[in-house]
Amino acid sequence: MKQVIDCREIRKTYDNGGLKTEVLKGITFSVTEGEFVAIMGPSGSGKSTLMHIIGALDTPTSGEYFLDGKDLSKLSDDELADIRREKIGFVFQAFNLLPRASVLRNVALPLIYEGVAKEKREEIAKAALRESAFPEGFWLYHSNQLSGGMMQRVAIARALVNSPSIVLADEPTGNLDSKTGEMVLRTFQSLNENGGKTIVLITHEPYVAEHADRIIHILDGQIISDSKNRNKRVAKSEAKSV
Amino acid sequence: MTTEDLFEETFLAVTVNKVRTGLTMLGIVIGIASVIALTAIGQGAQGTIQSSIQSLGSNLLVVIPGASRSFGSTVSSGLGSAETLTPNDSNAIAQLPGVAAISPEVSGRYQVIYRGSNTFTTVMGVDSAYPQVRNVQVDQGRFVTDSDVNSSAMVAVIGPTVLQNLFGNSVATATPDMAIGQIIRIKNVDFTVVGVTQSKGGNAFNNQDDMIFVPLSVAQHFLLGSSSYLTEVDVEAQSQQAMTQVQNEITTLLLQRHGISDPQQADFNIINQADIVAAASSVTGTFTTLLAAIAGISLLVGGIGIMNMMLTTVTERTREIGLRKAIGAKKKDITMQFLAEAVMLTFGGGAIGIVLGWIAASVVSSITSINTVVSIGSIVLAFCVSAGIGIIFGYYPAVRAARLNPIEALRYE
Repeated sequence: MKQVIDCREIRKTYDNGGLKTEVLKGITFSVTEGEFVAIMGPSGSGKSTLMHIIGALDTPTSGEYFLDGKDLSKLSDDELADIRREKIGFVFQAFNLLPRASVLRNVALPLIYEGVAKEKREEIAKAALRESAFPEGFWLYHSNQLSGGMMQRVAIARALVNSPSIVLADEPTGNLDSKTGEMVLRTFQSLNENGGKTIVLITHEPYVAEHADRIIHILDGQIISDSKNRNKRVAKSEAKSV
Repeated sequence: MTTEDLFEETFLAVTVNKVRTGLTMLGIVIGIASVIALTAIGQGAQGTIQSSIQSLGSNLLVVIPGASRSFGSTVSSGLGSAETLTPNDSNAIAQLPGVAAISPEVSGRYQVIYRGSNTFTTVMGVDSAYPQVRNVQVDQGRFVTDSDVNSSAMVAVIGPTVLQNLFGNSVATATPDMAIGQIIRIKNVDFTVVGVTQSKGGNAFNNQDDMIFVPLSVAQHFLLGSSSYLTEVDVEAQSQQAMTQVQNEITTLLLQRHGISDPQQADFNIINQADIVAAASSVTGTFTTLLAAIAGISLLVGGIGIMNMMLTTVTERTREIGLRKAIGAKKKDITMQFLAEAVMLTFGGGAIGIVLGWIAASVVSSITSINTVVSIGSIVLAFCVSAGIGIIFGYYPAVRAARLNPIEALRYE
């Protein structure tokens, strides 16, 4: 299988006026295509910093990071922006949708920066919405008219429009109640199982992490365990109410 | 990002908060509208003053006697009081090349009586060249003719103000046919009214409607007491370009005729109409610049308003900017987006301002005598300035937005 993510001895040090804090102390792991990986750790463990590096939002202080075989550790801001546009789909805890824009517009937003024509954009956005099982009746609603669970699925559809190499979800259920959280996890599982998407999920909740195939534990900037999840939970199928 | 997408994104962004957008644009609207309206009024005033000066006569040079001084004295009795211009001077000037027409004049102010009415007004002794040189038109009847001058006919042509003063009353306005053929008395001498001139309106120098014209010879004889001096010689040059040259020729000629070697001691003065126009234009030009500068200040304030709002917007939309960067927007994309918003605000404000300024200028035109001129130049300038303000005052907020770190921007609460 092809390696999508390949991290080698990644270190990240923040320099706060002479006071150096090493947040990541040599992280090495890889993810192959089609995997559903959860990165788990308490707050302060460095998992957010790791996510920023994996998501090409930041570069490591030392070490190498290959995404799809390309070394990202020495790229400039604008080059990183290109990588994010082409290869990464983000799902955030706070959804981060444009409030006064329609669902369709929100989903199509990344394609604007790719220069895709409007008709084509809507076509791709609709396909992504179908893929993330977002009900068609709400496509023209403004995103701030939707419930949290619905909003997160719009965000998931948005993460899919650029056909990314990885979908990177940062605490995707953190702002949701358990029922809608379950729904979102179901969407991820189905994308992984039926769509073959590579998913990296960052969370501090063991329950959420247990929905992945593989769990990487991080503590104090180091990987303390990396193993296949033997008791994978299967999220309950779609709740009817939204 | 295509231009069309940029436009659409920008349009959606500025229409989100319509009240704030409207208020921010108002600054630019007022600035641009006042620039347009005030320059239109300034240029209109300039045009009005110029045409008023032109109505005195075209390519006009006015020769007047200098101040009279008693011998050895430095006490001046004022310009035009000396008796130095003679009809022979006038005839000599008429021979100069470049002179199209010449009108020698004498004038004085007298009490004029018609039956029970009387008025105090200017009486001009002129010849038939006067109407051409001074742009006077006869409304009814005729003007003074050469044969009137030669035969010293006791005839008078009155201006419309004189007509009203002598023949009108508080109930009815007088018509020219009420006056023609009637006898009026000037300085105890009877004159027959033979014509009434058209109204020209007042101008900066004298009211040409409040005048009575009589033959030059008659005025010299009966009114000035056999004086043969002229009070003024009006010269029409053949063209505007020839004016300075004609002026110089007249100066040389009169200095020579009067036997004066030092031009500083000249006993006459020549007023060049072009100089008056230039002086008046420079005054109104300065005035227009002043008005535009004041309007410019309000435009500057409007621009700062734009910058203020854009900075607020950038702060408010920090997370949106973070998201856009996370999904692949480059610095340039973010800069362009916020710059486009600022430019759209100023452009919109500029367009509304031009329309409002135009309306204000037409209102001023319709309620005052100033014929305002909204020039294409000022519109183009207003558009460029408003776009420029958008770019200048939108640049800093846009760059600030583009520089945001996506990680921090996404975390921003």
